Amino acid sequence: MNTGDTAWVLMSSVLVLGMTIPGLAFFYGGLVRRKNVLSILMQCFIIVCIISLQWVLFGYSLAFGPDTGYGIIGGLKWAGLHSVGGRPNADYAATLPHQVFMIFQAMFAIITPALIIGAFAERMKFSAFLVFTLLWATLVYDPLAHWVWGTGGWLRGLGALDFAGGIVVHVSSGVSALTLAILLGKRCGYDSRPFRPHNLPFTVLGAALLWFGWFGFNAGSALGANELAANAFVTTHVATAAAGFTWALIEWRHHGAPTVLGVVTGAVAGLVAITPACGFVNPMNAILIGVLVAVFCYLAVVWLKAKLGYDDALDAFGVHGVGGIWGTIATGLFAEKAINAAGADGLFFGNPRQLLVQVLLVVIAPIFAAAMTWILFKVVDGWIGMRVEKQDEIVGLDLTQQSESAYTVIE
Amino acid sequence: MKYIVAIIQPHRLEDVKQALEAVDVNLMTVTNVLGQGRQKGHTEIYRGAKEVGGLLRKVRLDIAVNEAFVEPTIAAISQGARTEGGQVGDGKIFVLDLADCIRISSGERGGVAIG
Repeated sequence: MNTGDTAWVLMSSVLVLGMTIPGLAFFYGGLVRRKNVLSILMQCFIIVCIISLQWVLFGYSLAFGPDTGYGIIGGLKWAGLHSVGGRPNADYAATLPHQVFMIFQAMFAIITPALIIGAFAERMKFSAFLVFTLLWATLVYDPLAHWVWGTGGWLRGLGALDFAGGIVVHVSSGVSALTLAILLGKRCGYDSRPFRPHNLPFTVLGAALLWFGWFGFNAGSALGANELAANAFVTTHVATAAAGFTWALIEWRHHGAPTVLGVVTGAVAGLVAITPACGFVNPMNAILIGVLVAVFCYLAVVWLKAKLGYDDALDAFGVHGVGGIWGTIATGLFAEKAINAAGADGLFFGNPRQLLVQVLLVVIAPIFAAAMTWILFKVVDGWIGMRVEKQDEIVGLDLTQQSESAYTVIE
Repeated sequence: MKYIVAIIQPHRLEDVKQALEAVDVNLMTVTNVLGQGRQKGHTEIYRGAKEVGGLLRKVRLDIAVNEAFVEPTIAAISQGARTEGGQVGDGKIFVLDLADCIRISSGERGGVAIG
């Protein structure tokens, strides 16, 4: 055990928690209309409550517990944190107490379903949201985390590279978000005029907190205070800077003005894209990954969404899905063993096989996530009903789901 | 008695207020409002979604005056609210007949209750 490593990963766990609350909560909260801001804050906050419990009770065991055969799922041997204590588990992190690795991973399990909120914002019934989220975490996130990261996981066995969760976190949530947006349908009035964000300063604050917390997400995934953490930290930072700046330039050229919403959206796309790659690529290639993700996500958010006509309310797919897919493929292009001996070389470093593995990832994970989301939607929709009544949607979710208002107009 | 409603540019409020105080009109109600006139609003862009014709921020003043104060009030608002040379968007003044006025604290009615 190493106290420096332990301190860094404990601190990183706090940083990753901060990405969901308050980071993502305010990023999304500012983007909705004022009648729905509390519903977003509530969903983000209560996800921290329910997934934390799910994780220690059985989620961690399903994702990281000893494989039950075929690399599909961990068993229940570690349910209730049985045999997950102070002694390090060398399969995952030889220098950390096992509980530290477990709670660090808990923060990833929390933010992943929270990202999906961006797709169903402003129209999902709260009770249905709770049930769906718990089922999704158990039946989509936990297996996928096992496949890619768990000892004996079948994609890990193929040599898949996902340093901090491009596939497990961002592609899985982004594709599920798209599936839900299509199944749930558009918000009332979506076709007649654009909905204006009710508080962009909230959104900028939230994006800044995401950037801040993402150092824990990416550099913390080195699971030690070491050179690899330093590389992940630097690549994360420069990819984000490149993506935010590129988005502004594209928008300036395309619409005549660089918007602050554009810069922060680009920065988040940069954070997403560098996530799978940050511990395998060098900083100059990280800049390239950042520049290109701004182009891809801009096309997805501005052009593809309008063309296909789905209402991904806050662009969970356009940013996390598309950014995660690009980052996963980019890892297969730019990874180099000179950065991380435990990783692999990518196509540009003489190993085309790695690109094939990464492409396989961006085929398998979306199919699994979309299919499972479709099934879970049908189950919960049939049981509880996923969408609020039209009148409730018009009045707003704050009043109809939470019986509260965010802002008073008169004393 | 007249009831004067003025819609002005928000940044001219302080000038209008000073001009009104100079002619001894000290009572007014001020509200933030949205509106558009001949200039037809403005454009906003959110992740590439353009909203053309968004309403502009304006300030509305409500002022009740006795007959002798009507013309000085109109002159003061015009002077305070007009930007250099007069621009589209400077606003409008509406003058309405006022049937009665009641001071809630004392129950006084009519002209004495206004000032």
